[in-house]
Amino acid sequence: MKARMRHERMFQMLCALSTVVGIIFLFVLLYHIFQAGWNFLNLNFFTNFQSRFPIKSGMKAGIYGSLWMISITAVVAIPLGIASAIFLEEYARKNAFWRLVELNISNLAGVPSIVYGLLGLSLFVRTFGFGQSVLSGALTMALLVLPVVIVSSRESLRAVPLNLREAAFALGAAKYQVIFGQILPVALPGILTGIILSIGRAFGEAAPLIIVGALSYVSFVPENLKSEFTVMPIQIYNWAGRPQEEFHQLAATGIIVLLLILLSLNFVAIMIRDHYQKRFRL
Amino acid sequence: MENIHSIERAKKIEKALLPLLAAAGMFTLLVTAGIIFTLSQETWQFFKTVPIIDFLFGTKWEPLMEPKSFGVLPLVSGTLLISIGAGVFAIPSGVMIGVFLTEYAHERIRRMVKPILEILAGIPTIVYGYFALTFVTPLLKTVMPDIEVFNALSGAMVVGIMILPMVASLVDDALLALPQSLKHGAYALGATPYEVIVGVVIPASFGRIMAAFILAISRAVGETMAVTMAAGSNPQLTFNPLNSIQTMTSYIVQVALGDTPAGGIEYLTSYAVAFLLFAMTFVLNWIGHKIMQQGRK
Repeated sequence: MKARMRHERMFQMLCALSTVVGIIFLFVLLYHIFQAGWNFLNLNFFTNFQSRFPIKSGMKAGIYGSLWMISITAVVAIPLGIASAIFLEEYARKNAFWRLVELNISNLAGVPSIVYGLLGLSLFVRTFGFGQSVLSGALTMALLVLPVVIVSSRESLRAVPLNLREAAFALGAAKYQVIFGQILPVALPGILTGIILSIGRAFGEAAPLIIVGALSYVSFVPENLKSEFTVMPIQIYNWAGRPQEEFHQLAATGIIVLLLILLSLNFVAIMIRDHYQKRFRL
Repeated sequence: MENIHSIERAKKIEKALLPLLAAAGMFTLLVTAGIIFTLSQETWQFFKTVPIIDFLFGTKWEPLMEPKSFGVLPLVSGTLLISIGAGVFAIPSGVMIGVFLTEYAHERIRRMVKPILEILAGIPTIVYGYFALTFVTPLLKTVMPDIEVFNALSGAMVVGIMILPMVASLVDDALLALPQSLKHGAYALGATPYEVIVGVVIPASFGRIMAAFILAISRAVGETMAVTMAAGSNPQLTFNPLNSIQTMTSYIVQVALGDTPAGGIEYLTSYAVAFLLFAMTFVLNWIGHKIMQQGRK
């Protein structure tokens, strides 16, 4: 009996320890980055372009490029994703073809991001002739986040209580009226949460954009859809790859800005989720 | 009268809307078709110059210098070194965390740990790359002085940290899906929690835990930026984690950053490598989802 209790206690300790170590990793990572990047975090960092001198370098090009790209990505991926989710959940017959689409989406979510980059290079840059532009990058990114948007939208649509639907149908509403008037508003918080998280993912992606041809040294901001561009993660990659210590610190500063954006996106998503969970008790 | 009008109108709107929604619903099929078509088209071009046997079984990868040689095995071994290494770090601790969260942790602690794992999962891979380069490798160097600046070990470690939250939350889901009666039965027989977990809970959800492993490994195989920054760009057929290596993904990045003209053989190699990468992750994901679905029944 004693041996059994000893096993029990040891195992429990081990499980708790793994969890604590995992959490410690996060804090070590954050501490390391904040310590390295703190020095360069001032207004110049947001208003200056890249430079040979670390002290004069800033992330203006990356920040503008990321915002341009994310806006276009959102405009393309969000309506497409929600429409696709509505069709698959509300309209499509659940037959073999539907299962194929289903399987296809979960599969696409697992395709490495760099493969999307090559698709974008062939399709948008060369075939459609958009060149190495912010438009090509944004469309590639839209394809990349689309499965995430669809999956999370479908989950939220599925979570809407059945009686809401039945009540609306009983009052004589047409199907589209039920969906757009009743179901979508209730599912919206969940859909929004998914969208915010996928936008966060798009902010942090570098690999597919490198393939599509985003530049690493840019001293201008995009002016139109055809402009060449860079994004924050690529600037960070560029700085981290240089030999001088100061550029590594600059990379850390860039990471701080990127993480702050992601954390605030996450925070908004959690707020939305908590707020509406209380209201609807889904 | 007005009622009939509005019904007619509703029908019209319904009719106009459906094709739009259907097109959106089918769009993902187009994406997959696009990926397969572009990759296989360029890969086909590549195999016109380089025999497929030389590509798949060659042991030397030197496409950018003369004399060129196109054996992909060094890239595959680099990828495996990273992803299996990451699995060695992430899988045991991920299972432990999953078990801790479902079986031991108080609801309050669970609610604290879950968001932290979500944050870890949401950190961009470039950040892990930076962490490997400026923190993990220097740390390893103090223990093992002869480790190279770019090495597979630090890459595998940070990719391990990266997939850890994924393993933990998939294991968490798998354990939560288990019927409570199974556990209660074992407890009623006088088993300790440890015995219930090792003897009942883990065997009963074994399939889904395996699926979690496979999906996590597949994620590590496709991981790009962290590996590129940490493990270097030195393709060699080695299983020594202290060496600098190159993965399939970081080769594709290397080509994209260089000035390779479109249509040239270097340009085509990245499609051939990507095709292989796509096939590998496809098979892994497919097996993972298959096991997952069976577990659900």
